[in-house]
Amino acid sequence: MPSGPFSSWGNVIKDKYEIVPLSSRQSPFPSSATHSSVLPYGNGRSYGDSCLNTGAALIPTRSLDHFISMDASQGIVTCEAGTLLDEILRLAVPLNWFVPVTPGTRFVTLGGAIANDVHGKNHHRAGTLGRHILKFELLRSDGQRLICSPTENTEWFNATVGGLGLTGIITWASLQLRRIANPAMQVETIRFGNLDEFLALQTESDRDFEYTVSWVDCLGTGSQLGRGLFQRANHAAESVRVPPAKSRELAVPVMPPFSLINAASLRLFNTVYYHRPQARHSVQRFETFFYPLDGISNWNRLYGPRGMYQYQCVIPMAAGRDATAALLNTISRSGQGSFLAVLKTFGNLPSPGLLSFPREGVTLALDFPNRGASLESLFVELDAIVHSCGGRLYPAKDGRMPGKLFRDGFARWQEFTRFIDPRCSSSFWRRVMEGA
Amino acid sequence: MKKILIIGAGSAIAEATARLFAARGDGLFLVGRKADVLTSMCADLKVRGAGAVGMHVMDANDFGAHEGMLVDAEQSLGGLDVVVMAHGTLSDQKKCEDSVELTLQELSTNGISFAALLTRIASRFEQRKAGTIVVISSVAGDRGRQSNYVYGSAKALVTAFTSGLRQRLYKSGVTVVTIKPGFVDTPMTAAFPKGPLWAKPQKIAAGIVGAVDRSATVLYLPGFWRLIMLIIRSIPEKIFRKLSL
Repeated sequence: MPSGPFSSWGNVIKDKYEIVPLSSRQSPFPSSATHSSVLPYGNGRSYGDSCLNTGAALIPTRSLDHFISMDASQGIVTCEAGTLLDEILRLAVPLNWFVPVTPGTRFVTLGGAIANDVHGKNHHRAGTLGRHILKFELLRSDGQRLICSPTENTEWFNATVGGLGLTGIITWASLQLRRIANPAMQVETIRFGNLDEFLALQTESDRDFEYTVSWVDCLGTGSQLGRGLFQRANHAAESVRVPPAKSRELAVPVMPPFSLINAASLRLFNTVYYHRPQARHSVQRFETFFYPLDGISNWNRLYGPRGMYQYQCVIPMAAGRDATAALLNTISRSGQGSFLAVLKTFGNLPSPGLLSFPREGVTLALDFPNRGASLESLFVELDAIVHSCGGRLYPAKDGRMPGKLFRDGFARWQEFTRFIDPRCSSSFWRRVMEGA
Repeated sequence: MKKILIIGAGSAIAEATARLFAARGDGLFLVGRKADVLTSMCADLKVRGAGAVGMHVMDANDFGAHEGMLVDAEQSLGGLDVVVMAHGTLSDQKKCEDSVELTLQELSTNGISFAALLTRIASRFEQRKAGTIVVISSVAGDRGRQSNYVYGSAKALVTAFTSGLRQRLYKSGVTVVTIKPGFVDTPMTAAFPKGPLWAKPQKIAAGIVGAVDRSATVLYLPGFWRLIMLIIRSIPEKIFRKLSL
């Protein structure tokens, strides 16, 4: 029985799993030698335990990375589910097409992106990725191969989009791409002093800018609470000169013995980053704008051997301002937090998945070095704020939320359970179902 | 557009290499044992830009099928400029030690079938006075070790055979490249714990394409294996026999 070490991006759980290989998309549903449950594992960029299956088996899907077709006139790419968005971009961008929705890293598989119904900086315009999936094949453990689309096997489509890999194996998918004139982005960066300024900028920008996102100084207090940098951008027009691609890639080659991200380094970074001289208008390559951290491979190692947690919540719009202020206050008082604190509002386009995370509201995402109990007590405080206003946490980022918070936040979870493949399970799912 | 035949196309190294050639618009003819794998690869390489694609299902141990495959490849692509030989199996050393049959089969797959194919390919290219033959051998062929000497001795055959062939075909302007990869992180080695010596197939593939472009001779991939194997080869046998390598 082959087994191997796998981890998620947060590096908190390091474990060995039985490996159940899948040699091609035509292969039958693979079974585990020990008859334990299985879970498809893409590129391991989920942060917590939603891509892990402790004590059981994983089906690595990166070997399913073949393109099936590319319609360059309609912008429809069909490929196997283990293909990375990076590979799709390498194919599509030279043909003047772009992925319709992208998360903050291009090193995720298409199957994983569907299973987490990922969102991007254009959520207010485009909604989640699931809205742009034309169809996919779902391989079930009973041997069925279901072609799922918004009009065919619709309920399976809606369960599998955002379904965390629990409904079976996505073997291939068709994705509708978006036209671009070139690889450049026209970006505007605006400093904001507090949360109200952020919300005003967001309202003002949603109409004219396809992409908006903000970095927030998670250590700001009092009048500086919620200060940050607002970025808004559009794909560049044809006439814009495209900056050259960077060839040099940075890397964190080894795991440092302790987290390099601590109170002192964090305060220094945030202050410098907030005040750094910054041209308001710039032209950037899409890689720089969408994937600043992809330029530093294994940046998660900066958090040291204990790893990190990410906390990403969405707060319904009605409670948005006050609850976000309360979250930021709590984090800032704790002195814990990260370089990468992201604030954004989601638009009102419905997400297709039963378990899709995005809903209209304010979303806040932060990384935290794993400090054990002191971090968990901060999370408990944050959970209370999120729970009290009917918000929820993002399963793709989560490694610790209480089951009740999940079940209260994702109202359709019971409906979802009907679609879970009897052979599939995950550490995340068993955890959030505890006490249900 | 180069016309390239890849034998053992389904291997991770071969596939990564084929993708690099495809992105340059080259024509590719794939040979392997599994039809569904080759069919998927053909569609994929076409999307990635291959000028032409074709496939042929064959087991390299079926020596009688070699000639027909070569004819098919030449007809499909309209000639051949480059042949990449990448087929093989990861021999289970322990099982081989208890089975003559398995040992001979592994020697055939990883060694003798190369000699059979190379004999046919060499005479074609020699007549035409052009072409490049890239053969994937292994660092394992540099010295037999108890952990994998069946595979290693098959690869020693490949290394020695291509060395002689390189001399013979030099006069005819035909290039023979011997590639010696070290540890490669492929689906076949998924269960091994990976250390810093492990390389991705994409990295090996880039080395192979570079070797074709500049008509290299013997190439360790990644390059540091040349040094490692120099050390391993220079250990006196009296000491070597005591080691647990």
